[in-house]
Amino acid sequence: MLQPPRRARRPFPWHIVVFLAPAVLIYTAVMIYPILASLWLSLQTQVEGGAERFAGLANYRRLLGSELYAQPLWNAVRNNLVFFAIHMLVQNPVGLLLAVLLSFRLRGAALYRTLLFTPTVLSVVIIGFAWKLILNPAWGVQRGLLEPLGLQALDQPWLGLPGSALPTLSLISVWQNIGIPMLLFLAALVRIPDELYEAARLDGAGGWRIFRSIQLPLILPTVGIVSVLTFVGNFNAFDLIYSVQGALAGPNFASDILGTLFYRTFFGYQLQSGDEYMGAAVAGVMLGIILTGLLLYLAAVQRRLTEVEL
Amino acid sequence: MNRTLIPLSLLLLAPLAGAQTTTLTIESWRNDDLKVWRDSIIPAFEKQNPDIRVVFSPSAPAEYNAVLDAKLKAGTAGDLITCRPFDKSLELFNAKRLSSLNGLAGLNNFDAVAKAAWSTDDGKTTFCIPMASVIHGFLYNKAAFKELGLSEPTTEAQFLAAMTKIKASGKYEPLVMGTKDQWESATMGYQNIGPTLWNGETGRKGLISGSAQYNKGGFLQAFQALERWKPFLPRGYQALAYPDAQNLFAQGRGAVYPAGSWDIGTFRQMNPKLELGAFAPYSISGKKCVIDDHPDIGLGINAASKNQAAARTFLTWVASDAFATLYANALPGFFPLANVKYTVTDPVAQEFLQWRAQCGKSFRSSYQILSRNANPNNENDLWNVSSQLLNGAMTPQAAGDLVQKNLASWYAPQKGK
Repeated sequence: MLQPPRRARRPFPWHIVVFLAPAVLIYTAVMIYPILASLWLSLQTQVEGGAERFAGLANYRRLLGSELYAQPLWNAVRNNLVFFAIHMLVQNPVGLLLAVLLSFRLRGAALYRTLLFTPTVLSVVIIGFAWKLILNPAWGVQRGLLEPLGLQALDQPWLGLPGSALPTLSLISVWQNIGIPMLLFLAALVRIPDELYEAARLDGAGGWRIFRSIQLPLILPTVGIVSVLTFVGNFNAFDLIYSVQGALAGPNFASDILGTLFYRTFFGYQLQSGDEYMGAAVAGVMLGIILTGLLLYLAAVQRRLTEVEL
Repeated sequence: MNRTLIPLSLLLLAPLAGAQTTTLTIESWRNDDLKVWRDSIIPAFEKQNPDIRVVFSPSAPAEYNAVLDAKLKAGTAGDLITCRPFDKSLELFNAKRLSSLNGLAGLNNFDAVAKAAWSTDDGKTTFCIPMASVIHGFLYNKAAFKELGLSEPTTEAQFLAAMTKIKASGKYEPLVMGTKDQWESATMGYQNIGPTLWNGETGRKGLISGSAQYNKGGFLQAFQALERWKPFLPRGYQALAYPDAQNLFAQGRGAVYPAGSWDIGTFRQMNPKLELGAFAPYSISGKKCVIDDHPDIGLGINAASKNQAAARTFLTWVASDAFATLYANALPGFFPLANVKYTVTDPVAQEFLQWRAQCGKSFRSSYQILSRNANPNNENDLWNVSSQLLNGAMTPQAAGDLVQKNLASWYAPQKGK
């Protein structure tokens, strides 16, 4: 039996499909589909007591164009930027500092690392409640801690003043989440081989010089990742503000961010009934802001970062 | 095998044996009251009506509206529906989810103000039996008053003088309230002392008809009167939440607590030793006091229920004096709205009740019709400006102007005013 020599065709790589399927299916069901459904919802409207109908961009026009919706929206965007700025200026630099200190293999480093990371694994509700108690003007430990130091002037109702509520909440969030950048930076620092440090020391470099010339350049990609995580996390934030200040994000919406604005619009609050269509539009704006930020980052920063092969 | 099957089949048959009795299920958001209903209210009814069984089936307060809507749409809601006041229940009635109660004998036991919360705008149809209202006023620490030689103030001048004296003594916080949660500023503050200034129902109805405005007359004066509370609030009040204020007062660290009557039960529980006293909203510039007797909770019939007759029997009982006495004493501070005779044993709750005879009666200005708009919402606006006023971030005139502007933006009778 002579068969014409056939080029053996590679069989279709079913195993790839099989391996990818669970993740793709789950991700589609719990992420992609809800996002698309929510965007679709934001393009609908409903006349009182009537049926749902397609409204095009009318909800977005109302959200951005009428003072009633635009004023709270821009207030929330502004507050969100402040929230993000405080994280970038405090959480990430301090996280980096802690990581560098821990990378020196101090005595008890493991203990410090665990302690610093503990708030991150606690529930936001617990964190919010604990800080509400600490800062409580009636029986918080704040007064007892500040008075012996002669710092009575700092004993203010920080969560109740329009100027200080948002920075206070941002710092609580920083305190809680600082473990994440710390661990990511630490993981990057640990990967730097000892020879580099030894060579630097032989050349007479001090601690600062080692940080500037060896550590920082080698962990730059991690700095990028941490910034992106912070950005996405901050513009999606809701839980801490809700658990400390409630859905009204007081005083007078001074701590209102996009997440709380979305909650009030979508679900309603007390006598204000919810409006799912306008709420979905707020969610659409949040998605737009986050996507724009990510694209800017990818275009402007990510492409210039080069991973150094060690 | 048989050993397990026989008891099992008996279990399955058991409901059939009692088939002649009707079971009524009550939907409610008062899960705090589950024990009271199960142990005292329902047994009292079942004793008189052995052929009706009642099950109290509450859900979490914050989820009640959504859960109830879903159950009604799916046809699985209970026979009796606990009604929120005003627009939420009206919406259910308009959607034909609640039965009309016209013709129910017990309805005659309620006056028009009590029924307004659960009637159509023209007042012709009532769809829920008013169950209880809450009354605003002031609670005070009797020991603190005795120590400082103070007596219950009846006028604003006396009130402010007492506040000044308490503040000067330095031992007690004069007026225990925080502005962090915002609703207390409007509910315990503005709506507490305000009705006296806007002449109760005259002012409230004026807002609805368009003849009164939030930035003029009594409504503006109420903001001005509220601002006078500012120096007497506790240190750091801007960051004090509702439970903080309750705790401060319950621990005896405060002298006066602007209250809703539902707080009576809370304080009795938190600190039974606290000597509680109460005084009515004081008169301002010689005006006779008007109390906020706010309808809060009602009971209606699911239009889809198959047990309409039994449900009406139950509601007739809810409108009776027997129920009123039972309810008022099981839950001190929730006052039955019926014009029937009932006695309240809690002396402070009794004191609140007496004001119904001494003072005029009205309810919160923003609840009927004016909060029908989701955004801007009149009630939520009042929370915000009352808090800002007490925080010193807004003048009374600015507060009135903002609320008025937002109301006029959608409510036709107020347009251009």
